[in-house]
Amino acid sequence: MARGVGDILQGLESGEFSSVEITQDYLERIERLNPSLNCFISVTGEIALEQARAADAARAAGEAGPLCGVPLAHKDLFCTDGVRTSCGSRMLDNFIAPYDATVIAQCKRDGAVMLGKTNMDEFAMGSSNENSYYGPVANPWDPARVPGGSSGGSAAAVAAGLTPAATGTDTGGSIRQPAALCGVTGIKPTYGRVSRYGMVAFASSLDQGGPLAHSAADCARLLQTMAGFDQRDSTSADTALPDFSAGLDGGLAGRRIGLPKEYFAEGLDARLGDVIQQAIDELQQMGAELVEISLANIDLSIPVYYVIAMAEASSNLSRYDGVRFGHRCDDPADLEDLYKRSRWEGFGAEVKRRIMIGTYALSAGYYDAYYLKAQQLRRLIKQDFQQAFTRVDYILAPVTPETAFEIGAKANDPVSMYLQDIYTISLNLAGLPGISLPAGFVDGLPVGMQLIGNYFDESGLLAAAHAYQQVTDWHLREPGS
Amino acid sequence: MSLKPDDVRNIAQLARLHIDEAVIDEYAADLSSILELVEQMNRVDTSDVAPLSNPLDATQRLRDDSVSESDERDKFQAIAPDVADGLYRVPKVIE
Repeated sequence: MARGVGDILQGLESGEFSSVEITQDYLERIERLNPSLNCFISVTGEIALEQARAADAARAAGEAGPLCGVPLAHKDLFCTDGVRTSCGSRMLDNFIAPYDATVIAQCKRDGAVMLGKTNMDEFAMGSSNENSYYGPVANPWDPARVPGGSSGGSAAAVAAGLTPAATGTDTGGSIRQPAALCGVTGIKPTYGRVSRYGMVAFASSLDQGGPLAHSAADCARLLQTMAGFDQRDSTSADTALPDFSAGLDGGLAGRRIGLPKEYFAEGLDARLGDVIQQAIDELQQMGAELVEISLANIDLSIPVYYVIAMAEASSNLSRYDGVRFGHRCDDPADLEDLYKRSRWEGFGAEVKRRIMIGTYALSAGYYDAYYLKAQQLRRLIKQDFQQAFTRVDYILAPVTPETAFEIGAKANDPVSMYLQDIYTISLNLAGLPGISLPAGFVDGLPVGMQLIGNYFDESGLLAAAHAYQQVTDWHLREPGS
Repeated sequence: MSLKPDDVRNIAQLARLHIDEAVIDEYAADLSSILELVEQMNRVDTSDVAPLSNPLDATQRLRDDSVSESDERDKFQAIAPDVADGLYRVPKVIE
């Protein structure tokens, strides 16, 4: 069975199979494997086959778009017109989106087929996918372990071959961390590169959509479709969109890669450290030059991130009031009771914790000590990166401090869960792009490596990752083989 | 920073969350441990640093004040919990 987006496009172009045939293959595989993996919240088989028939007709008529007939899965926080968009929450369990997110509209424009909507931590708040109203997702490499989060359903679905690629979003690592724990490739673009229109908001100054796939080359194909300036997103970047696939052969010779000494200190599991060291050696053999750098304020990323993310979340999630859409409690005594019980019943525990911390951080008397302080530190963190990028082309880092942990292992300790994001969240604070790619295994579980690029240099990141994937085969390994 | 049960009740009220009395102590402990984590921020003096709200330091883009969207009230109200005559219904607020 064709595995990646590139393989599928080749098969469709050569007439080896039709979009209807390959779509049916994936739907059958989902039917067989999803009950145990729980990657999908909704499977949209009828829509998929209808879109596949239209794609086959378009291809026959010589009107094939760049992703014509390619099956994809979408994280269930992209609004899909006429299809439930739950965001992993009881609050939106009954929410049939009345419009398409820009990312979804562009996937349709380019001919992609939607297999379904993938599981996720509620409102994208989590690093394990255990915070979903629809239950945890199993990691295809070991079903007793988490796939990471919050785009855990997307990452696990790609790893298990339930879809050739998927969309995700990344507010503090939610594409890169599950990509690492599931052994797939995922890129978080520069803030503003992919439109946030129709993406259910978590933390608006951090949220960014991006693809998860089997390779950097497939990520380039998806990003081409997902990205671009959008009038409907007030923070969309009005910059030129490069041809990401055309830029893949840039190679690594002569490129300078910075290694932040703070990231290779305590806290990183030594076995993961060894895997990443081997990857570094490989990159050096490929002609890259390694430079030690320092990101002096990086250890403050976690507190800064959580204050900003929770403050923005408390504001964004105030829209769920039980009045216009979403969950409403039974028999409200008055309007205040309607708000308070609808929200208490509709949100899960982690979402409520974050709303409450965010509310506290923004409340009178505490704003300066928390939110303003975090925004000031955010600038220092950004400046550390800017300074580093005067000396290097890329920064290399781990993605996670450990491999996938067991479901339930950290469920009762929110702070230890937050510490999982140590290597990923600083990029969201700075707005920089980052890619996670498979770099090896520890005890049969995938380990990811992260490359961080300068603003709007997704092309450079994809080229570096592609070069690495030309000389290694970690990204080709499959669970259970 | 350690939050007391009354602090938690106040925050829940500000956030319009009907917190169950049975879980107040649990929330007080969880929220306090998060605030303890956040307190690390005080290690660095930031008195001369301008706050960063948009990571690219971008400002809000403006557009011409012209109609660009069509009226989709019926479509939007089809997913509302309770509507009548094009209006959203809530419990009575004025006697």
